Order: sequence, then C-alpha cells, then structure tokens
Amino acid sequence: MSAAEVAARVADVLAVVCLGLGVALALVAALGVLRLPDVLTRLHAAAKPQALGIVLVAVGVALALRTPVVVGVVVLVVVLQLVTAPVAAHMIGRAAYRTGKVRQDLLLVDELSQLEGRTPPEGGLPDGCTVAGTPEPGAQGSDLR
Amino acid sequence: MTGLELGGAGAVLALLAGGALLLASVCVLFRAIVGPTVLDRVVALDALVIVLVAAFGVHAVAARDASTLPILVVLALVGFVGSVSVARFAAKDSR
Repeated sequence: MSAAEVAARVADVLAVVCLGLGVALALVAALGVLRLPDVLTRLHAAAKPQALGIVLVAVGVALALRTPVVVGVVVLVVVLQLVTAPVAAHMIGRAAYRTGKVRQDLLLVDELSQLEGRTPPEGGLPDGCTVAGTPEPGAQGSDLR
Repeated sequence: MTGLELGGAGAVLALLAGGALLLASVCVLFRAIVGPTVLDRVVALDALVIVLVAAFGVHAVAARDASTLPILVVLALVGFVGSVSVARFAAKDSR
C-alpha cells in the first residue's frame, strides 16, 4: 500500500469517526429536546449540536470527499452556522423570558430580573415590550459582572 | 468508486447513523407537535434542521456524492431566518 493509499484510508476512518460523533450529538440533543422540562433547558440541549455537531459533520464530509469545492461549501456552512446559531438561540431565550415561559421554580439564579431592577414578570411582559427600567443603584448584579 | 473504502463496514455504519438520525427526528418531531409553546416548537424545529444536516452529511459520505452539499447551506440559512422571525414575534399568549 502506497503512502497516498494509507493517507486516504486514515482520512476515511477519521471522517467516519467525526460523522459518528456528530450523529451521536444530534441524537443526544433530540433526546434532550424531548425530555427536558422547559424552553430554556430544551434550548440548552438543542444549541450544542448547532455548533459542535455541524462542525463535526462538516469535518467528516470534507475528510471523506477531499475536493476543493466540497471543502469550500463545508467551510461556508460552518461559518454561517457559527455566526447565526448563537444569535437565534439568544433571541429564543430572550423571547421565552419576556413572554413568561421560563419556569421560575427551575431557576437557581435570575440575574436578568436583578439587572432590570424589578421582580420577575409573573405573566410576562406585553408583546413587543422592551424592558427599560434602570437598575436601582447598588442593586445586586447591576454592574454587569 | 462508490462507498467508503472500508469494505462492507461502511454500509453498516451508514445504516447505523441513519437509524440514530431517524430516532432523533422522531423525538424532535414529537416535541414539535406537543409544544406546548411556540418557542418549544421553534427549538424542536431547529434541532430537526441539525438532524437533517447530519443526514445529508452521512448521505454525501456514504454515497461519495457532493451534489447535495448546497442543501446544507440553504438549511443553515433558512433555519436561522425561521427561528429568529418566530422568536421576534412570539407573543405572550401564542401557543
């Protein structure tokens, strides 16, 4: 077996390992989305493979196919996903908090309501309403640690 | 040359990955159906997009076929736009 064949075999095995890890991460995330109790915890489960799972799958595809076009497309997918996934997750989490869909009994710390200098919204804020309340001076958490 | 150069193991691995992704998509679709809130459905559909991307990746590797890769770009963009727009307009009482 020549060196090129050995390299191809190694790349294939690495590709299979990366794809397997990516698929396993997607499966774990799906189980988390199914089983966890509220929006924030489900979001936590679903957001992991949006970055790491995509990267693993992309590396696997690039290692297996090994052409410049494939590598370019895969890099484009990874960059797009890494830029957009945190934004989407942040917006979903913020919408969940502001519409009162976060279960307060599951929270250990609610720094957002401390920052807003008010008690946590019982039924959530009205639609489209932004929180404009200034934190009281000396309020815990008001220094944006 | 079609398939991975791993002998018959490549086909078995592709089948295993497909089974895992099928199970994942069933879980995610169940959450998307039962909700209970619109944000739960958005999170579930985001996870479904990830499952789809992984499935297209597995298919591209198993078949040594790069023709489905542009779909991955489309999925990444559409998933982002969809979840952001739903989250932006999620109302207090929307179910």
